[in-house]
Amino acid sequence: MSELIGIPPQVLLGQIVLGLINGSFYAMLSLGLAVIFGLLNIINFAHGALYMMGAFVAWMLLHYLGINYWAALLLVPLLVGAFGVLIERFLIARIAHLDHLYGLLLTFGIALIIQGLFRNGFGSSGLAYEIPDALRGGQNLGFMFLPNYRAWVIVASLAVCLLTWFVIEKTRLGSYLRAATENPALTETFGINVPLLITLTYGFGVALAALAGVFAAPIYAVNPNMGVDLIIVVFAVVVIGGMGSIMGAIITGFALGLVEGLTKVFYPELSATVIFIIMVLVLLVKPSGIFGRSI
Amino acid sequence: MSDLAHAGTVPDERNDRRLHLAIMVGIVLALIVTPFFLYPVFVMKCLCFALLALAFNLLLGQGGLLSFGHAAFFGMASYVSAYAAASWQLPPELAILAGMLAATVLGAVFGSLAIRRQGIYFAMITLALAQMVYFFSLQATGFTGGEDGIQGVPRGMLFGVIDLSSDRALYWVVAAIFMAALAAMYRIMNSPFGEVCKAIRDNEPRAISLGYGVNRYKLTIFILSATLAGLAGAMKALVFQLATLTDVHFSMSGEAVLMSLVGGVGTIFGPIVGAFVIVTMQNYLASLGGWVTVIQGVVFVFCVIAFRDGIVGTLARLIRRPL
Repeated sequence: MSELIGIPPQVLLGQIVLGLINGSFYAMLSLGLAVIFGLLNIINFAHGALYMMGAFVAWMLLHYLGINYWAALLLVPLLVGAFGVLIERFLIARIAHLDHLYGLLLTFGIALIIQGLFRNGFGSSGLAYEIPDALRGGQNLGFMFLPNYRAWVIVASLAVCLLTWFVIEKTRLGSYLRAATENPALTETFGINVPLLITLTYGFGVALAALAGVFAAPIYAVNPNMGVDLIIVVFAVVVIGGMGSIMGAIITGFALGLVEGLTKVFYPELSATVIFIIMVLVLLVKPSGIFGRSI
Repeated sequence: MSDLAHAGTVPDERNDRRLHLAIMVGIVLALIVTPFFLYPVFVMKCLCFALLALAFNLLLGQGGLLSFGHAAFFGMASYVSAYAAASWQLPPELAILAGMLAATVLGAVFGSLAIRRQGIYFAMITLALAQMVYFFSLQATGFTGGEDGIQGVPRGMLFGVIDLSSDRALYWVVAAIFMAALAAMYRIMNSPFGEVCKAIRDNEPRAISLGYGVNRYKLTIFILSATLAGLAGAMKALVFQLATLTDVHFSMSGEAVLMSLVGGVGTIFGPIVGAFVIVTMQNYLASLGGWVTVIQGVVFVFCVIAFRDGIVGTLARLIRRPL
């Protein structure tokens, strides 16, 4: 099998792996967006900036404090998540009673501030983040060479996504969350602290974005624009998947990463826009998205 | 979003119209005087962005539709006009028309897709569609010049008579077009069509039950807004003799939103004030480099948290008259 549909299998499988990696970032980010949207009814425009912040905080921990990747995996989501909690408490909570569009505008402003600050502090060129020793090297699968780190990212983010799904769909905490999404006033009369739940949910969504940032740091150059380019694609992923289901965000994220990777093989010119084209097609056929409830 | 367009009694409304007319006359006078005090290119820049913000605000104020993709119309019109003037050697009036036409067609396509969803989804879809235009502009280097953009666009002779190569001559043309567009927008807002749009914005199910073809109205206001944003982009291409990726980038859409927000969402004259404030700010803070983004972000956050009515909106509330 030297050629597959006219394409060398190395190229094809390489792009599939690359697509799955991008897909794992799409999935983690759109999952965070979906969780935040579910309870706060806010499209978190700052999501891309917070993802970028995650990568930068990981870089800073390593280079200023010597804290390694494995600790960063835990620390960064906590730190950036705490930052998210502050944003929710001091800014977003103030406009919770208003039209949801104000939430979009507010988080857009927050994104500008975060990106501007990092651009001033670190310039626009990328910073390198070394792959941790344990994940160096790779596996020769016979048809291709799979770097260990990339395999790790795919597996780890899939695990994180499924864990999130499990917590939301199968645990008591998750049922509170879903109840608060459905009817916050009624949930509150049952003695559940809905404002706290909202704050923690935002913090959790932000932590997911930050974790994605740590995963991304060794793959992509850590730079202030890494979130900007990604977030709009993720928005399109969200429109395609529909906001109704958590599993929808995960499946759509991985699937679209894969589609994008395959497009790179067969028709590279279209790879930057293929997700938007799919979005248009989905809108024409099913405006609520593939997994979405009709709104 | 803002509820300034409240229904008044008839004499009130007549007074309001008189006030608006007075303001428009004031704007005309200001436009006549400013080139003697300010650098004309700076004022033209403000006017182009004011028109973009007005177009954006027409859609949001009348239709209740927040588009995050107006850079697509602005930028595509700017490319088409620049290309028409530079490569086809079209005279400026036809170049501008070509740009507007491109924005109209794009607006019809995007509008028919975007109005299928509401609220936040609508904003996200316009953003994603606009991003397609951005990638197209990035890749179609034969047309857009890629990273370089289209440079050295000739301003040409208006109607074959008026030489626009002097900034002063071009200024009068831009000011006249701006004024005409503002008047047209005011007319649209106060037409029966505009009233129906407002009814749909305030209560869509009610408008449907009254028998209005809601989607047709939404699409029409979307296309009108896109066309006017295109006019702004086309003028910008002639003023700066340049069309670049900046014009189609989504941060341009963000700026249109910011200008409306600062001036007052849903007001008639707010976006003009907002555009002048933001462009002035960018010009004078340019030496701060990257901090401009941070300051813009702070202005955004501040306006949303504490200053939602914007400058003109606040003024309107103080004098209890719609502005």
